[in-house]
Order: sequence, then structure tokens, then C-alpha cells
Amino acid sequence: MDVKSQRIAYGEALVELGTEHEGIVVLEADLGKSTMSFMFEEKFPCRYFEMGIAEANMISVATGLSLAGKVPFCSTFAVFATGRAYDQIRVGAIAGLNFNICGSSCGLSDFGDGSTHQSVEDIAIMRAIPGMTVLSPADAHQTKKMVRAMADHPGPCYIRVNRSDLPILTESVGEYKIGQIDVLRDGAESHVVIFATGIMVSMALEAAEKLAETGIAATVANVGTIKPLDKAAVLALAAKAELVVTAEEHSIVGGLGSAISETLQGNLTRPIRYVGIDDQFGTSALTYDELLVHYGLTVENIVEAACGRPKTAGGSI
Amino acid sequence: MAVNTREKYTKRAERVAFMANKLRLSVLEMIGEGKQGHLGGSNSAAEVVAALYFDTMKLDAKDPKFKDRDRFILSKGHAALIQYAALAEIGYIDKTHLKEVKSLGSALQGHPDIRHTPGIEANTGSLGQGLSIACGIALGLRLDKSPARVYVMLGDGELAEGQIWEAAMTASFYGLDGVTAILDRNGFGAMGPINSRFNTNPHGDKWRAFGWHVIEIDGHDTAMVLWALEEAAKTKDKPTIIIANTVKGKGVSFAENTAAFHNGIMTARQLETAIGEVSKWT
Repeated sequence: MDVKSQRIAYGEALVELGTEHEGIVVLEADLGKSTMSFMFEEKFPCRYFEMGIAEANMISVATGLSLAGKVPFCSTFAVFATGRAYDQIRVGAIAGLNFNICGSSCGLSDFGDGSTHQSVEDIAIMRAIPGMTVLSPADAHQTKKMVRAMADHPGPCYIRVNRSDLPILTESVGEYKIGQIDVLRDGAESHVVIFATGIMVSMALEAAEKLAETGIAATVANVGTIKPLDKAAVLALAAKAELVVTAEEHSIVGGLGSAISETLQGNLTRPIRYVGIDDQFGTSALTYDELLVHYGLTVENIVEAACGRPKTAGGSI
Repeated sequence: MAVNTREKYTKRAERVAFMANKLRLSVLEMIGEGKQGHLGGSNSAAEVVAALYFDTMKLDAKDPKFKDRDRFILSKGHAALIQYAALAEIGYIDKTHLKEVKSLGSALQGHPDIRHTPGIEANTGSLGQGLSIACGIALGLRLDKSPARVYVMLGDGELAEGQIWEAAMTASFYGLDGVTAILDRNGFGAMGPINSRFNTNPHGDKWRAFGWHVIEIDGHDTAMVLWALEEAAKTKDKPTIIIANTVKGKGVSFAENTAAFHNGIMTARQLETAIGEVSKWT
């Protein structure tokens, strides 16, 4: 299976957009080599603004550029983009401005740097802001398409981008429409529907294979847009299944699982099981994989959740 | 400023002073009796706001979105009343709407909001963000080769916000000579005097150290205000801050130099006194 980093796709997408639109400007908080925004700087130095290690100021400057008619993209690590600049994002959202934020090295993907650098709550924070669009791509192709959709979308947008090489699951061609949920595996009369996002989508597909071997049919939905959530699609998919499983590389508090629960509540009664981080901060590890195992973010955890078996690690409850 | 320089501004300065008090009167009417309102920080800013809107800034009274307009951002957004008064004088806001300020469904929110009020250039009120926004607008205008300038008013209490200094570095690093900050240095925060509660001084030395051109004036002397704004516009390759020494609550005797009317409530009698005092100058 082909693999590619979402952050390289982010850098490529910025360059493509910058070539097409003079209004695209990029701001960075001294992490351009990591977020890959430096690719834009190399091509369009006049439209690239190094803001130093000052994330709050970066976001407010971006809203100013938006007020001047530009289409800004700001990038830094997800934890800093959402945590250090929360109020600045909020004020920009109150104003309804078109500004875009890339939360890079999301989730646990900056495995070595530990809890201060790992974002387990960025979706929750961004999702709580009225009018905010929250995107979580499953692979590099989807990242590229989403960045394009963000530029065209009139309000504030947040995209969380993984640091590692991830399997390619989607087509390179076509457009991403904000709100889109893609059914990647359709178990028509399925026993279980798995709503997954980000790195967990490929694991959900693998889990569905394993479940099929035991006679459990699973539908796998790639939830690329966590907000605004396509509630009709969620309800339609959940209605066909006996059990709902959500899978995200994020805290179970306030993330995809919460969003799906809120949608089902009062509309449809289905048991729901969450695969996510169980209200804990991250920690350092020498490899990404061992961290994913530590927090219960594996194929096996999804399989267990789908079978209704008790958890074996911290993640699925 | 030399005497002969001052004379150059006499006529314009008189008009600005008249307009400043007209704005103060409007602020008093908006607050009214028995309601909270940010009188202190609105009144201290009156001369600078009047100078900007009725003399210095390039604006189109018919089109608040005129492309190359100069922008004014009230970073100390709690002084919104003085800005609303000015926007109403220009005609961007219908004067009959001023009394609806802060009421449910009103175009005039408690703090400036671009989605509600024509002529407002940025959402402010969460303190410390206006200078960053001004830098962003100035960078955008520079890309477009626009001659428009960006003016941003800060409070001396607001300077406690760290983001101000991030923005100060941004403006000087990018050489944003299109940005002029005005510090409404009235000496009071919401809880009392800046000097004893949380001292943000020294001001001039800090801004100079951050690479800014600093001009210090009496912020109620309209000739000085006009002169300083022109000096700022002439300064190239670096941003300018005009430190305007002002009196909190200026023009209303019982509200001057006190935190009591930072966001205080006036009795009917106080309101009458205040209107009487300000009316003398209009």
C-alpha cells in the first residue's frame, strides 16, 4: 500500500493554491520545516510571514490579513494552534472571517516530544467554537483536497494534520466537499458501523476485514468533516447497524465520538462504543506504533469494540 | 511643538475639539441614567477619535467600505461608545439607533463588531488583539500597494496583555510604517490607578526598545494630536506610537481621574450635571 505524509500534502497544496490565487498568504510560528509550510515560502516569499514563536499574534495577524481581503493559512503544531491561540481564533470566528488553521503533528504523531506537544483535545476545543469548520483527513490525498476546500470556504476552518507517513486510502482526483462523509466499506446489512477519522480510518478498514472473518459485517465511514457533521448521513448509517463504534486519535471527551453521540441522542437508539484516548494526556515513546498500542488505538481495539468485548488497553470503553 | 507650528493647526484643532465634545455628549446620551457604560475610557479618547474621524483619516461618508480608506481599530474595545458616536456623526450609523446600544438585536453591540456595525473594521474587546489585527491589515494593504493607513488605539491597562508586545515586534520587524498606534494613556484600569495596581510603565522606553518611533503628547490638545498624526504618517520604515496623555472621564468633573466611572452608573442628577458640563463646549 502506498504511503504519504499529510504534512507534505499540506505544503504541496499551499504551493498549488498559491500559484492559482494571489490572495493566498501563509503564516508560520517558526515550525515551517515541520509543518511543511516552508514549501510555500520557497515559492512565494513575499506572501509568507514568519511570525516567530508567538501563536496568538499569528492568528490575530491572520484575521487582519483576512480583513484586508487575503486568504490566510496559519500552521503550527495542533496543540499550540488551538491551545495558545484559542481566544484569538474565537474572536476571528465571531467576526466570521475566512482564516484557516493547520494543526500539524496532531494527536500522538509527535511521539517523541511527549505530552506538551501532543494534541489529544484539539478537536474538542475547535468543535466548541460556533461556526468553526473542523476537518480531519484520512490520508495525504484528502489533506490536499481539504486545503483547497478551506480556501474557498467563507468562514474559519481548522484542519488537523498527522506527522507520519499514512496509507493512501482515497483517490487523488476529485474535490472534497466540506461535510462529506465517505463510506469506504459498505456492509449493506451490517452488524456494526465504524465511524473513523484521521489515522484510525485505515485501522478501521483492517478491523472490518478481521471482523468479516468472524462473520461480523462492518461498514466503515471516513468522517473527514467533524464539524459541521453530516447528521443525516450519520443517522442513516447508524440506522442500518446494530452497534456504533467511533475511532479517533483524540480524547474521547469532545471529539468524534462525542459528536456522533450527540447526533444519535434523541434520534436513534444504538449502543455506541468509543475507541479513543481515555481522558489522558500523551506521553513520550520511541515509536509512534508503541504509543498507539499504549493508548488503545489499534486495529485490535476496534475489533474488540465492534465485538462488544471488554477493553484490553486504555482506549476503548 | 513651536508656536508658529501650532498656529498652522488652529482652525482644524478648534473644529476637532468641538467634535470631541459633541461625541462626549453623544456618549452621555447613550449611557443615560441608571445604566452601566464605559464613560471613563470613552471620554479620555474623545480628542484622538475626533481627530482621526473628522480630520486625519481618508474616508467616504457614503461608502464605509471604500477600498483605499484608512482604518481605525479600537483595540480597547470597551470604549465602543465614543466610536459609535463618531460613526453616527459621519452617517454610517443612524443617530436614532444610538439609544439602542447593547440592547438585544441592536446593531450596536457592547464591543465593536464588524458583523453588526458599518464602519467598524475589526472585532475587538478581548483586549490585546487589536494591534496584531492592525499589523495583518497593514501587511495585506502593502501586498496590494494600497496607500491606506491603519490606526489602532490601545489602552495603558491593555498593555499588560503579552500579545501587544508580540504585535509590537511584528510591526517593527516588518517595518510597518502604515501602522500608527495611539496609546490612550489615562492612567486607570478598571480597578484603579495603573501605577499602583499593575504598572505597565515606562511606556516610551518600552516602545522605543521594540523599535518604534515614539511621540508623546497631551492627548486632549487637538493641535498636538493633529501634528502627531501627521508626524506619524511622515515616518518611514518603522511604526509610530503616539503616547497620548489623557484624563480618564475627561470633561465630566465627577468622572475624571477615577476608576469609578470606568463602567459606572450615573444617577439622573449626575447625568444632568455631566450633560451640562460637556454642553458648555458644544
